[in-house]
Amino acid sequence: MNAAIDHDVILKLEDVSKVYSGTVAVKRANFEVRKGAVNVLVGENGAGKSTLMKIIAGVEQPTLGRILLEGEEVFFSSSGDAVNRGIGMVFQELNLFGNLTVAENIFATREITNRFRKIDSREQERRAAEFLERLEAGIRPDMLVEDLRIGQQQLVEIAKAVSLDARILIMDEPTSALSAAEVEILFKVIADLKARGVAIVYISHRLEELIRIGDYITVLRDGRITGQEKMKNVDTRWIVRQMIGSDAKDFAKADGHVPGEEIFRAEDICLPRVTGGLAVDHVSLSLRTGEILGIYGLMGAGRSELFDCIMGRHGHATGAIFIAGKKVKERDTTRRIRRGLALIPEDRQREGLVSILSVASNLTLASLSRFVRLFHISGAKENQAVTQMVRELAIKVANPAQEVSSLSGGNQQKVVIGKALLTGPKVLLMDEPSRGIDVGAKADVFRTMRKLSRDGLGILFATSDLDEVMALSDRIAVMSNGKLTGMFDRAEATEAALVAASALGHGPVPHTENTAHD
Amino acid sequence: MTDIPAKAAVASASNGSVLLTLMKARTFIALIAVLIFFSIAAPNFLSAANLILMSKHVALNAFLAMGMTFVIITGGIDLSVGSIVGLCGMVAGYLVLNGIDLQVGYTIYFNVFEIALITLAAGILIGAVNGLLITRLNVAPFIATLGVLYVARGLALLSSDGRTFPNLVGKPDLGTTGFGFLGAGRLLGLPVSIWILVVVALGAAYLAKYTPLGRHIFAVGGNERAARISGVRVNMVKMFVYMFSGFCAAIVGLIISSELMASHPATGESFELNAIAAAVLGGTSMSGGRGTIGGTIVGAFVIGILSDGLVMMGVSSFWQMVIKGLVIIVAVVVDQAQRRLQQRVTLMQMAKAG
Repeated sequence: MNAAIDHDVILKLEDVSKVYSGTVAVKRANFEVRKGAVNVLVGENGAGKSTLMKIIAGVEQPTLGRILLEGEEVFFSSSGDAVNRGIGMVFQELNLFGNLTVAENIFATREITNRFRKIDSREQERRAAEFLERLEAGIRPDMLVEDLRIGQQQLVEIAKAVSLDARILIMDEPTSALSAAEVEILFKVIADLKARGVAIVYISHRLEELIRIGDYITVLRDGRITGQEKMKNVDTRWIVRQMIGSDAKDFAKADGHVPGEEIFRAEDICLPRVTGGLAVDHVSLSLRTGEILGIYGLMGAGRSELFDCIMGRHGHATGAIFIAGKKVKERDTTRRIRRGLALIPEDRQREGLVSILSVASNLTLASLSRFVRLFHISGAKENQAVTQMVRELAIKVANPAQEVSSLSGGNQQKVVIGKALLTGPKVLLMDEPSRGIDVGAKADVFRTMRKLSRDGLGILFATSDLDEVMALSDRIAVMSNGKLTGMFDRAEATEAALVAASALGHGPVPHTENTAHD
Repeated sequence: MTDIPAKAAVASASNGSVLLTLMKARTFIALIAVLIFFSIAAPNFLSAANLILMSKHVALNAFLAMGMTFVIITGGIDLSVGSIVGLCGMVAGYLVLNGIDLQVGYTIYFNVFEIALITLAAGILIGAVNGLLITRLNVAPFIATLGVLYVARGLALLSSDGRTFPNLVGKPDLGTTGFGFLGAGRLLGLPVSIWILVVVALGAAYLAKYTPLGRHIFAVGGNERAARISGVRVNMVKMFVYMFSGFCAAIVGLIISSELMASHPATGESFELNAIAAAVLGGTSMSGGRGTIGGTIVGAFVIGILSDGLVMMGVSSFWQMVIKGLVIIVAVVVDQAQRRLQQRVTLMQMAKAG
């Protein structure tokens, strides 16, 4: 599969660093992209892969360092600049306009016009259809993007990038929402592009995929490049060693306490999807005090939606939940919080924090009633609770009156956790609690989870990180396509079994029903 | 060698902080500036009589601006306040003159206190309609309150067929006298309307700062989704702010009718724009989440003193409009500059600390 001769370097990053207000995302990275080859980039969550790619695609500008395109130094002030120089990117977060059609999305900013500057929709749709044909997606170019499944949307994003006719094509986790069959088609398209001399930069968490299609591999850890090799010279073990480093990951160790009574049970939770079908498909599970139940699944598997249903964020969800054996009849978030549920949402910025308020106001936002006499917020009581939380969670903040947006990602996450804890929950739902935070903060978060479970909280946590779910959970549930496709005790769980369960219902095989519940 | 740039950084950071403090106090500085300017440029400006008269003018806008401030902090807008002023004035006037005819040969007349309560309730009710349209039917605040603006104004005109309810002195035998107290009465030498403003403003400021509801208003405007997940009853908070805005507008309707001893259905036209201007001038952010009652009051005084002062100087009313517009634009530009500077100063402090 790998060409015997070396491929030419088309793009080179020299000593590139990128600093954000709280954190250093990329440190003095040297990275080469080779023509006619798949250049794989791998690293853990928050290692800086996406940042590095955004620098290449002109979305972000490096704080330090140079970019050389075919030996010539270039500076991209915007993604438009990069596109003009032949660099295209498939973003991890879908960058599509839901209110426009597929064809309009593919040709956004490069609309095909006739002599009178009027958009030639027919020609756009014809050309879009060609690209979609190659992806065998069965998507009509005149469909609205918001009506598509998330996997199909990802294919549109890919079609858009391919249509750029780029010399360098960056794909950031292009397969995270694709089914196995769709992945095969994507690989065919990649092989095709490669044969035409396109340089492909491919980012993924799925090592099997990388080894299959990669020609060159670069490993990132904590913003530094720790290894750069030809794919044929390396194996999985090498990759993992470079990714994790010499010392093992700092997952707080289990302390061997035994979970107690059942504290929480969900029965038959269903959530209809707007586009038809179920986003959460008859999910039932139970959780005991002091237990950490990990929910593993790929993007779009329905984990966040399940949490939303449990918190009462969707009025049209069905099913029942029980806390300590008693049915929760309250249907709104406010009263469910009072019953002892708390959610730490996946998207800190959009759902976790009110960024213009202070650290203190954010911490106490969900639990204000605790500090109120009649209708007056007692400043002393509130401050005391804030100080205590800041200390307990080791939030690094000079003054709690500071705006929360001035904190680093990890500390912001701790504020979100603190806010949930101040409500005195019995059951904590954590959606990707380690997403986008640095290693130190991750370790703190994991330690906190252990401590809380020791104190008798039940914790449900959703993640797409295998290591994390294996290391932290007492039991592991796997979701795929809205269904619960597996339930393992820690002792019996293997990575292979989890991955297999997480892919159920994605494959081309139509008979998925028989593998449903465990 | 190494500590020279460090010193320079510290110096520029502290310069930044001084500038920042100045910018934060900009509305107050503007207030002092207009006071000084007009006391020199306009004769009689500083006389007690004139100051009290101006305060009465300012108070009307300040009430509306306070209600508007809460609405804007939640990320909404209330265009209907001017019409609510008109309609509530008509409600009060109608009740004083006609009472309520029960259609069975009896007519109930209310005393002035009851009339005031009914009028306030009417204002709150219209605010509740705004709130329901926005929270239950998901109409954008701009459109919902625009619709109510027309409906309320139309109802005000319908109530009297477009005529004025004149001469609201009431009849002693019906117990409807004394309506003039709100507009013309004085307590301890100050007009009653000023005392009401003080009470409502203190209440609103307290609410914003020390109650869960106040905190929730800011949270909803800062990030509605996060507020919802934190258990804030977002719809209730929004209902409250529109109802409070309606309440403030009803107070203004009462005071104006009482001052004139007459209710005119066109009263309050374009008041909403002055209220928005005062709130923005006082540092309320149109994108929500930011604003203070104190700032808004100062903003209302700046606008009010500016227009009264210009009148006293004999400046043409056309120029007055140009000047008012420029002041608002400058205020917002300075506000943006302050935001940016603030970010820079925070980053510098972080760099110093870390």
